[in-house]
This record gives sequence, C-alpha cells and structure tokens, in this order.
Amino acid sequence: MGLIFKNETYRGDFTFSNSREAVQRFPFPFHEDKYMYVVNIEPHVPGPKGSAYEFLIDIDEHYLSDMRDRALVLQEDPLRCQSLPHMIAAEWDLLDLLMTSMSTDYPEHFTLTRDGDAWHWVNRPMNIEQSFVFGDVSTLPYRPMEYVTRQCQGDFCLLDQRDGNLWMDAGIVSSQADWSLDFDVGMNFMEWHAPVPLAHERGVFDRALKFLLNLQQGRPVRRLNWTMTINPRLDTSPENYHKWGTDRTTVTPENVGEKVHLRVELQGLWRLPRSNAIVFSIRAYMINMNDIASVPKWRRRLHRVLKTLPPEIASYKGLTRYQQMTIDWLSKFDDGAVTSPGCGPE
Amino acid sequence: MTKSTDVRVRVTEVETVALGIKRFTLVPVDGRQLPEFSGGAHTVVTMPDGDRLRRNPYSLMSSPFDGSKYQISVLRTENSRGGSHYLHDHVAVGSELSISQPVNLFAIDRRCRRHIFIAGGIGITPFLAMATQLEREAQAFELHYAMRSRPRGAYVDHLVERYGHRVHTYVDDEGQVLPLGRLLSGQPLGTHIYVCGPSAMIDWVLTAAREAGWPDENVHYERFLAPPGGKPFNIELAKSKTSVTVGEHQSMLEAIEAAGVDAPYLCRGGACGQCETNVVSCTGALHHNDHYLADDEKASGKKIMICVSRIDGEKIVLDL
Repeated sequence: MGLIFKNETYRGDFTFSNSREAVQRFPFPFHEDKYMYVVNIEPHVPGPKGSAYEFLIDIDEHYLSDMRDRALVLQEDPLRCQSLPHMIAAEWDLLDLLMTSMSTDYPEHFTLTRDGDAWHWVNRPMNIEQSFVFGDVSTLPYRPMEYVTRQCQGDFCLLDQRDGNLWMDAGIVSSQADWSLDFDVGMNFMEWHAPVPLAHERGVFDRALKFLLNLQQGRPVRRLNWTMTINPRLDTSPENYHKWGTDRTTVTPENVGEKVHLRVELQGLWRLPRSNAIVFSIRAYMINMNDIASVPKWRRRLHRVLKTLPPEIASYKGLTRYQQMTIDWLSKFDDGAVTSPGCGPE
Repeated sequence: MTKSTDVRVRVTEVETVALGIKRFTLVPVDGRQLPEFSGGAHTVVTMPDGDRLRRNPYSLMSSPFDGSKYQISVLRTENSRGGSHYLHDHVAVGSELSISQPVNLFAIDRRCRRHIFIAGGIGITPFLAMATQLEREAQAFELHYAMRSRPRGAYVDHLVERYGHRVHTYVDDEGQVLPLGRLLSGQPLGTHIYVCGPSAMIDWVLTAAREAGWPDENVHYERFLAPPGGKPFNIELAKSKTSVTVGEHQSMLEAIEAAGVDAPYLCRGGACGQCETNVVSCTGALHHNDHYLADDEKASGKKIMICVSRIDGEKIVLDL
C-alpha cells in the first residue's frame, strides 16, 4: 500500500497539518518529565512498523509538500546548497545511500536499477525518471547531492573527516531551526557547536566528536533534538529571520493550540563508504499543541518539561517570549498523573 | 557490540605474491555484495585458532569499488603472536573467516593537490587501494616503495605496469635508498605525504618532515602495533563483576573477550581510541603502548587502551 501525499504549505496560509496517523507516529523526544543535554545517541536501526523509525530514511504524507517548499527556498536562495570541491565523492555516496534506501523501503514509489555505473532512477510521486552514469556529474541535471536531496525529505550535511575533527564541507539546508549552512560551511565540529549553552561545560561535544570519529560503516546512529516553532514553517533560517522572527509576538492565550509547534529533528549519522565522510541528516517533524493535547501522556510531559527547562536552553532555542503562555495553556491538561517511561504515546 | 555487522567470508584464492607474503581473496559466504570502502581502510579478521579467537587488522588492498571480493596481503612475521602464522599455515582455499566492516584510519585527504605515498615492505597494501581510487578520481599521486630485496617486494610489476613512471622502487640489498630529503623539499603547496611501513621508517619520515617544516596536517601515517607481551596479571571487571587473567602473549582485550565480555574495539592496534577504558585502580605500573592517549592522559593513570597496553604488577580494576 502506497502513501497518500498531502498538498499543503509551510508559508503564507500555512495549510500544513498532521493526520491522525501522523500524530500517532510523531517522534516525541522526551523520555522523562524534564530535559537536559546529554549524548543521546543510539543505533539507527529499523523501529516499529508504522513509526518514524520503521525505515532509516522516513518518507511520509508531507513528502511532496516538503519538496515543493525546498524548491521555493532554493529558488530564492541558492546558497542553501553548497559543496566544497573535495566533497564530490561524498556527494555520490549520499546519492547512493538515499536512492538505495528509498527504493528498497518504498518500492511502490521509487525504483533504482543499477548496471555497473549505469543507473536508472524512477521517482513516481514527483514524476521523475532519470538515467545517469554514477560518478559522472555531467549526466545529472544537478550535482549529485542537490539532485537527490531535492527528492528526499530532510536537510543533509556532509562532514569530511580529517585531522581528528569533522568539517562541514557540504550540505543542503532549507528547513532549519535557525542556523545557517552559508555561515557554518567549512567549520569544524567544535566551531559550529560553539553557540550551544551548557553542553560544552558538560563535555558533551568532546565525547560526541570522539564517538563520531569512530562511526563505522554499516552502523548508523541517530539522536533527537527539539525546539519550538510558531506557525508550521519549515524554513526558520537566519537568512529569513525578518520573515519569521516577529511570528513569536503573535502568540496569544487563544491561539497557542494552533500556532505553537513542537519541532523535533530526527538526526541520523552514517559513515559513507567511498569518501569516508559522514552524512548528518536532519529531518524536521512539527506538531501543534492541539495535537499534543490529544495524547494524554505527551500533554502532561511537555507541560512539565517546559516548566522545568533551564532558562539558558529556553533562550538558546528562542522560546522565552511564548514559553509561559504555552505552559499556562498546557497546564489545563496536566492532571498531575504519573507518566510512563519512554517516549511513545502510552 | 562489534559482532552483528561482521561478514562471513570464504577464501577463494591464496597466492604467494612475494617471499613470505600471501594474498587471500575473500568472498561473502551468503553471495551478497561486500560494502565498498575508501582507500586506506582495513578490516579486522577473526580467526578461530583452536579454542581461542584471534583478531588482526589487515589493510584492504583490492579495488574499493569492487564489492564482489576483498583481498588482503599478509606477511608471515617472525615475532608474530600467531595471526599471520595462522593465516599462512592453516587458512586455505575453502576456509571460512569472519571480517569486520571496513574502517579507515588512514584516509586520503581530498583537499590535497598531490599525494605522495611512501611504502616500506608490506606497508604497500593500503596504497594499492588508494592508488586505484585516486586513478579513478583523476587525482595526482606518486608512489615511493622501499623493500629489503626484490623477492620480498610484492606487486612491483603490477604497479609499474599500471602506473608507470609514477612508481619508484628502492631495493635495500642493492644499495638503493629512498631519497627522503629530496622528496620533502621542493614540493608544491597542497602536497600531502602518506607513509606506511615498519615503525622505524614511519618515525624517520615523520621526523624528517617536521624538520623540513611540513605541517602535521599534511603528513599521514598508519601504524598498527602488535600488542607486546609481558608478565601475566589479573583484571577485575567492575561492572561485569568478574575477573580474568591476562597471559604472557595475550592482550587485555583478548583476555576480556575470552571471558565472554563484549568490549568495544575497532583497530586493535592502539590507534583509533575506541577501546579507551577507565581505570578504577591498579596495583602496579601502567604500560601505555598506544599512540592515542595524550601524554597527560597517560600520566593520569585513569585511562588505558586495552588493545595494546598492559600493566607490570598484580591487578588492574577496569570500569567494564
């Protein structure tokens, strides 16, 4: 059975919404009633059927809308996609990873046929069919990273590994939570994480870097990150801050349920075979407070997480202005009952 | 934790490629493709030697783009603790082994404009895969290959035939010396040097490069240490609540594995840092044999790399 793709917007009239099934499969990130930075990395292995973890690259009902929004972002700002010249091998690795995953896990929508270096790709939802020579850039309409990521949900960064560090030397980033590839491109792991509060003192990034330098082929890992976004807007970039920054002043006690979204990033990391680079995928899922309130455990837990969130983290995530209003709104749904362990709905 | 992605392979060919060097061709038992890899990668081969498991890292020398087979070349070393002897003496066509996924601790720096490979003896193996990769990616490289004698020099004809004037050989017993000074001087900006061979050769190149003013970032090397032996001692594993004895010719990691405790590892040669372990206490002196821990970490006595290091004393308590 194929997925049914919705037609919705992440700007202007903001028609994005989650179906009942999408709410049930939302990757809720809090396993307890409070939140603090930890190295929360786990093996990226297939999860329960129907969940956001069922396949390593998750395609869902928002696929076509996500891809349309990405095309709009790139049209306005081509620098959202950048790649330093030495990353071309990693670009091909990424194309292989994504095409292979998508065609294996969603055969009704995508087909990849390989005959040596002669590859043939069919993307039925987007009505694309392409023959090309693997390794020959001139046979694709875009460079390989841009070609494949215009057809795959999520942002992707390619990290070169050298001199005991990871370097963000390529990426396509069009649905980000207030960070900029154009600013970070060429930086190393410590440099691009420099603005994060509290975590450095806890040694989180030293440990994470050591771990990632030894990330093995065939053993991808994942972690969840989160923030909140006003209106279901995928492109909350610094480049477009003037378009969305003021949204945060529009939250009122009456519209919290529709406007305030929990934004969860399912981040995956794979060691790539031919380039020895790492791909870092950042897939954003959004859910509004009304939908959170439809799940008893989640509404209790999110209320408690927000209430006890260290102010430095709230400020870094940009929640300060509407945090209390959201806590007040959620408090109506928190009866004080004990929540069960784990992230799932119950 | 390193077991589930290992691949069962069958040996389909064993060839003597030089004096004391055999090449083994490994094909997956289940008929599926092996993962492609990057030049410079190694695999850890698990060998069932009697009642114990031996695990040794070997560079992958076959084409990184060929998933139908892997090839490794193994020198039969005199002071071997058994891995190379086992492969030479007990492994034949039809034998089955387990190998790990490829791991690369000796990767090509792709920003580099010109790659200079310096190989000593069996240290040629990673460069075979790296040359294949750079040739396909149309990158400039040259290879300088030193060997004790012609019969000991593996793959010379193959390399010369394939890469022509980019290959330079130096035969010790014919009085030929690798002209390191000349190689290090007058290279254009953006040149990187890669060295793999005996420890003394690596030290020679690293020292000369530093003295010639080369930045460390432009000098790459791969050095696998065989875990040195020593007097037996005991390990107490604090978390697993068990204790094991480390034999004279055994590493701590091997002893821990033999006791059925799953400890993390990747290179088993003191290079990658994966098996870094916290020391709870130790009655005796830590002998750090790795080149991963920083000097102050070694001096602190709080960390040890269990793949190659050991103690001179009675007992060490590890946080495992």
